Amino acid sequence: MAEVQIKPLTLNFGPQHPAAHGVLRLVLEMDGEIVERADPHIGLLHRGTEKLIEYKTYLQAVPYFDRLDYVAPMSQEHAYALAVEKLLGLEVPKRGQYIRVLYAELSRILNHILNITTFALDVGAMTPLLWGFEEREHLMEFYERACGARLHAAYFRPGGVHQDLPAGLLDDISRWAEQFPAVVDDMEALLTNNRIFKQRTVDIGVVTAEEAYNLGFTGPCVRASGQAWDLRKSQPYDVYDEMDFDIPVGKTGDCYARYLVRMEEIRQSLRIVKQCIANMPDGPVKTTDRKIAPPPRGEMKKSMEALIHHFKLYTEGYHVPAGETYTAVEAPKGEFGVYLVSDGTNKPYRCKIRAPGFAFLSAMDFLSKGHMLADTVAIIGSLDIVFGEIDR
Amino acid sequence: MPRAEASQALKDLVDYISVQMDEALVSVEWAGNEAVLRARPQSVLKVLRFLRDDSQCLFKNMVDLCGADYPEREQRLEVVYNLLSVSHNLRMRVKVSTDEETPVPSSSGLFASAEWNEREAWDMYGIFFSDHPDLRRILTDYGFEGHPMRKDFPLTGHVEVRYDDELKRVVYEPVKLTQDFRSFDFLSPWEGAQAVLPGDDKATEGEDAGAE
Repeated sequence: MAEVQIKPLTLNFGPQHPAAHGVLRLVLEMDGEIVERADPHIGLLHRGTEKLIEYKTYLQAVPYFDRLDYVAPMSQEHAYALAVEKLLGLEVPKRGQYIRVLYAELSRILNHILNITTFALDVGAMTPLLWGFEEREHLMEFYERACGARLHAAYFRPGGVHQDLPAGLLDDISRWAEQFPAVVDDMEALLTNNRIFKQRTVDIGVVTAEEAYNLGFTGPCVRASGQAWDLRKSQPYDVYDEMDFDIPVGKTGDCYARYLVRMEEIRQSLRIVKQCIANMPDGPVKTTDRKIAPPPRGEMKKSMEALIHHFKLYTEGYHVPAGETYTAVEAPKGEFGVYLVSDGTNKPYRCKIRAPGFAFLSAMDFLSKGHMLADTVAIIGSLDIVFGEIDR
Repeated sequence: MPRAEASQALKDLVDYISVQMDEALVSVEWAGNEAVLRARPQSVLKVLRFLRDDSQCLFKNMVDLCGADYPEREQRLEVVYNLLSVSHNLRMRVKVSTDEETPVPSSSGLFASAEWNEREAWDMYGIFFSDHPDLRRILTDYGFEGHPMRKDFPLTGHVEVRYDDELKRVVYEPVKLTQDFRSFDFLSPWEGAQAVLPGDDKATEGEDAGAE
């Protein structure tokens, strides 16, 4: 009898699948229930952010960064603001830096809550989602009180932050920070030793440190592979060098380790939040250079010069000296970098956005090969994928 | 001098690399405190392998690879590699210039992360990478034509899609703008030497006509 070549089954996963975390279309070649090859098709959320930024002034480009990783919007703005400040040679006042670090860490908690709880939902646990999203709601209220928007903040701007915090906000954040650890404990009690959760995640999607670097991994995904690499420690920006916190490190590099690292990062972020509140200095929140940051509204009512500054800033914007920089921050998902080229005009010449999720998703084939179909869902969940930043 | 701002470790390393890789590099530039190695296209893999494997470099993580377009240059396209050395806590940027036809050797054999990034550079800029295992488009639509990040590609694109209720499918049509595309020029005519003042063209037109 002639040998029959069995064609592997091609399975189309997504783009409208609740476990695809957005609009991922995954073309899987299956041998029975084993994945032989995973081919992610991305770009369904491509909005041409980089192209649009080339046609906007430096200030108008800020809101595009909120729309990348919309789970932790301020972290993206942070990278962009730092890149522009570097080209401008600008120093941000201390209070501005503290507020940025405070909100970057709140964003990290915001992100990790979403990731952990939706990851748990993907592998079958619904309760953490319901508990976690209540806390996210509190955090987004803090966003709203600082900048007026729950999600698309446009709060971190080149030169500092847009406005000072309203009175009483820091007290409320610190009150929230007191009760929040109990929620983390509850979520952890549901998941960390949960037999089903461990069955679904332990030894799934294992990646060694060497492989992780080769695949371009950063952030919690390399830390889960035993590498204590964190840009907040190794290449500190703003006031991270004044903060006291630890880098959690995983041992096994599997989905479970990535979960554990994120869980501990929430607690470490909370430590930074508390330190920021305790040490928050007084003073201006954005640079006093009127050619970069607008004057206060009160001044504009009295001073002609302030009015001119305001008008020029919101029509023409500022001109950034010619140059280029690659500036990265430790965003919740990993290294979020901005490669910014300026040609001396008021618009960026080239703005490449380096999204951590892009590298994670490109490793999907490597990670899911030989695993069961259901494990790809766990792997996607543990990689922390958000399509806003991958498709840009 | 921007080099002065860079850390001593990076300066020493760049000196070391420029000695070791002398033939393969066109030049070494500094952008603020960041080092930029400009490599020859045919030897870029040699440079990248050296940067990855040499014990003083160990740039094992290619965090980013992207294209850039400079239409006024003879070789208009540029590939930018951003490397990270976790062992030495340093970053390095490597650049390669190319044009629309000349392929750049693919670095996906050295760095797995380069595979998708090169697909993106191909999709966005039309930079062709030779020996790439799977050089398909990545971000744009199935069947898309053109390379949208090039400076001569219009921001609005060439086609727009809508769902046609009669045909019961999505149809592609040429872009129709209800309002002209607006691009404000804020370059000061007093500061920018290259700026052409409105009406200047008339003066030169007259000269041309006179010459004929």
